[in-house]
Amino acid sequence: MPPELTQLLPASVPLSWYLVLSAILFSLGIAGFLFRRNIITVFMSIELMLNAVNLTFVAFSYHLKQVDGHIFSFFVMVVAAAEAAVGLAIILTVFKNRATLEIDEVSSMKL
Amino acid sequence: MPTSFIPTAADLLRLSPDIVLTAGGALMMVIEPLTGAARKARMAAIAVLLIAAAMALSVMAYSDPGTSFSGMLVVDGFSTFFRILVYGCGLLTVLMSVDYFKRERGSESGEYYALIVFSLVGQSLMASANELVLLFIGLEISSIAGYIMAGYLRDDKRNNESALKYFLLGSFATAFMLYGVAWIYGLTGSTNLDTVRRAILGGAMEQSGQMLMIATALMFVGFAFKISAAPFHVWAPDVYQGAPAPVAAFLSAGAKAAAFAMLVRVAASAFFPLSAKWEMLLWATALATMIVGNFAALRQSNIKRMLAYSSVAHAGYILVAVTAHSEVGIAAVMFYLASYVLMTIGVFAVVTLVASKGERFVEIDDFSGLVQRQPMLAIALTIFLFSLIGIPLTGGFFAKFYVFKAALDSNLTWLTILGLLNSAAAAFYYLRVLVVMYMKPAAEGAGPVDPAGIGIKAAIVASAVGTLYLGVYPSAVLDFAGKAAQLVK
Repeated sequence: MPPELTQLLPASVPLSWYLVLSAILFSLGIAGFLFRRNIITVFMSIELMLNAVNLTFVAFSYHLKQVDGHIFSFFVMVVAAAEAAVGLAIILTVFKNRATLEIDEVSSMKL
Repeated sequence: MPTSFIPTAADLLRLSPDIVLTAGGALMMVIEPLTGAARKARMAAIAVLLIAAAMALSVMAYSDPGTSFSGMLVVDGFSTFFRILVYGCGLLTVLMSVDYFKRERGSESGEYYALIVFSLVGQSLMASANELVLLFIGLEISSIAGYIMAGYLRDDKRNNESALKYFLLGSFATAFMLYGVAWIYGLTGSTNLDTVRRAILGGAMEQSGQMLMIATALMFVGFAFKISAAPFHVWAPDVYQGAPAPVAAFLSAGAKAAAFAMLVRVAASAFFPLSAKWEMLLWATALATMIVGNFAALRQSNIKRMLAYSSVAHAGYILVAVTAHSEVGIAAVMFYLASYVLMTIGVFAVVTLVASKGERFVEIDDFSGLVQRQPMLAIALTIFLFSLIGIPLTGGFFAKFYVFKAALDSNLTWLTILGLLNSAAAAFYYLRVLVVMYMKPAAEGAGPVDPAGIGIKAAIVASAVGTLYLGVYPSAVLDFAGKAAQLVK
């Protein structure tokens, strides 16, 4: 990188950038959950929200110079993996019984 | 910081109920495929033994209360009360499930009981966690097992739908709670409830009050989903209606009790300094939950769906006591949940029996003439419905009494008045079931109710006796709750 460009950039990325990015990711996840109609996409939106949480944990942990936040993000990953296993199995049985992945069609019970 | 990473004997004793259930549940998963189809009934017996052992161990652990694993877990009266409560709920669910799955699938299956055991581990961690991340892990252990149980009969379309909705909305809510936890961690530098409380008292409020409020609000969204408080209750009717009846009982009783335990502990310890700011939010949520639950229940013709809305309304009454923010309020929450668990399990057990194979008879009109067809069952259902209304001599009466008394003590006069009006409106839809059961002749198509097996009989009798006991001698449970409420700090 040319030296004049390195002077323009800050020495390290400030904490607020990470937090803003994670807030954007989290909001995208909420939007995807609310507006997408495909079950798999809805499920992926939830995963996006969990990853935003991980980013927040790691950013804070780095900022506070603690190791705790890093460990928490591992716990979140493990739980997300368990959730994915169960969630995909549930989605699979729904698909087997109804041959559709449109969320509006999986609604037989009245409100 | 821990001086040593080797857990002490006291640490292990305080965690022992969870250790026994985890190891036992894993063992059940291993031996389940090795057991012949004829011997699968043994799995239910193993689950009963495990839960009984966990109950005994949690009583033993209470002889030496305190925190363990460097403040991660706390054993006090409050956590012991809720541990016993959720184990009791699990026990009754196992008993009522034995016949249900024999009837629906023609065979027993062991992994269902292992799932109940795993779910109980999560619920007991929720009740005893002193740390936000452990709380989250407990919540997920309990929920993930619940997702599978809600869709257990995998060829049934209603079960599928119930599991899918529970899974999607449940994990959505968890993500909110977790984002709140991440922010709390960032603002206070810790996730330990005591440390968070000290940080809030020691200036985190002045430095970043707005973000702190947003973080607690995010966490509250997650909690509100789990206790099915309005406006985050929309999943409850669909999930309870679609899930197998014993699972609906388990989710609406045990999972809700554990979720309230975690809400009360977080509100009374970490966020106690913020209680004045929380009050408006809790006040509005409590009122909205009561109104939405009761008025939606009035319009239902499906009894499982009606009970789901009624469980939403009951969450509203309990939130009234949470709003009180006092020790009397916490004791009232504990007493209410004890009687709520018994009457809910009881009423769902009766519904399980009347519903018959394939859950065909779940409309309220299907209960017509029940008193001629099955007099004993009709009497049991009467006790549970009286308790849900809150008629004296049943646990539900004292539960409501203490909740509203706690609210009055904290000067929540308007909330008390509106709550009482709500519980009067609620009497209407419970009485409708009683009228159908006693006054209407049995319908043409209504088949005979299948003879009850020993397990479900035991579950119904135990919940009926418990409901009446709490209605006649409430003092024993209430005294313990009052003492335990002081320990929540």
